[in-house]
Amino acid sequence: MEMNQTRRIVLRGAGSIGALSALIMAGVLKPTAAYAADWNKAAFEAKDTPAALKGLGAASAAESKDLVLKVPDIAENGAVVPVDVISNIPNTTSIAILVDKNPTALSAQFSFANGALPEVSARIKMGQTSLVKAVAKAGDKFYIAQKECKVTVGGCGG
Amino acid sequence: MADPMKIRAQMKGDVAEIRILMSHAMETGQRKDAAGNTVPAHFIQSITIDVGGKRVVDGQTGTAISRNPVFGFKMKGAKAGDKVVVNWVDNKGDKRTDEATVA
Repeated sequence: MEMNQTRRIVLRGAGSIGALSALIMAGVLKPTAAYAADWNKAAFEAKDTPAALKGLGAASAAESKDLVLKVPDIAENGAVVPVDVISNIPNTTSIAILVDKNPTALSAQFSFANGALPEVSARIKMGQTSLVKAVAKAGDKFYIAQKECKVTVGGCGG
Repeated sequence: MADPMKIRAQMKGDVAEIRILMSHAMETGQRKDAAGNTVPAHFIQSITIDVGGKRVVDGQTGTAISRNPVFGFKMKGAKAGDKVVVNWVDNKGDKRTDEATVA
């Protein structure tokens, strides 16, 4: 349910199906088969944070101190950077994690229901020193928090 | 078929802590092998967690999740003995479902 709503917002954001196919023809969106049917391709393949936020429908996210983002100040290994996000915003239903300077900004998005607390811990890759951002959805509003993480050895190349 | 996940679900007071370790290469599609060929992207796209027959977490992931992903979640309303079912699907259609019991 949650995902479908997000998808509709994405479609609306693109203007129309026509605009979407124009994007596909321009090679911005590659029409490869997506196995995970609800995978938010527009958001996950976005090259920068503003585009990824738009893909999540979160372009107008407001900064919030009630959204707690924990990342190390310095990560010696960019391939494994521990991230914790805890939302103290009432009625938080989803949390997304983004890295500004990664080749694709969006790392993950989780929706919570049936008693799940709005918090997640994960390990992410960072190509270089960057701002890490957490975006929480509560009701129909989006909130954002950010913190810089210095990366000594990048985790995206080879 | 990928290796099994390790799932631990433990009650701490009235909160169940669920930790999951998945076995997956999580290739970004950016890395090159020794011969200089780009290694194709291969990564988990979808993760779901059901506890006691109810969907508690529905997640989507991109290439920036670390190799052999680890996730931690918490929930209220679970009790010892509840079945935890975790499922993932990757961009090549590989999938894996594993179960554990809340302790």
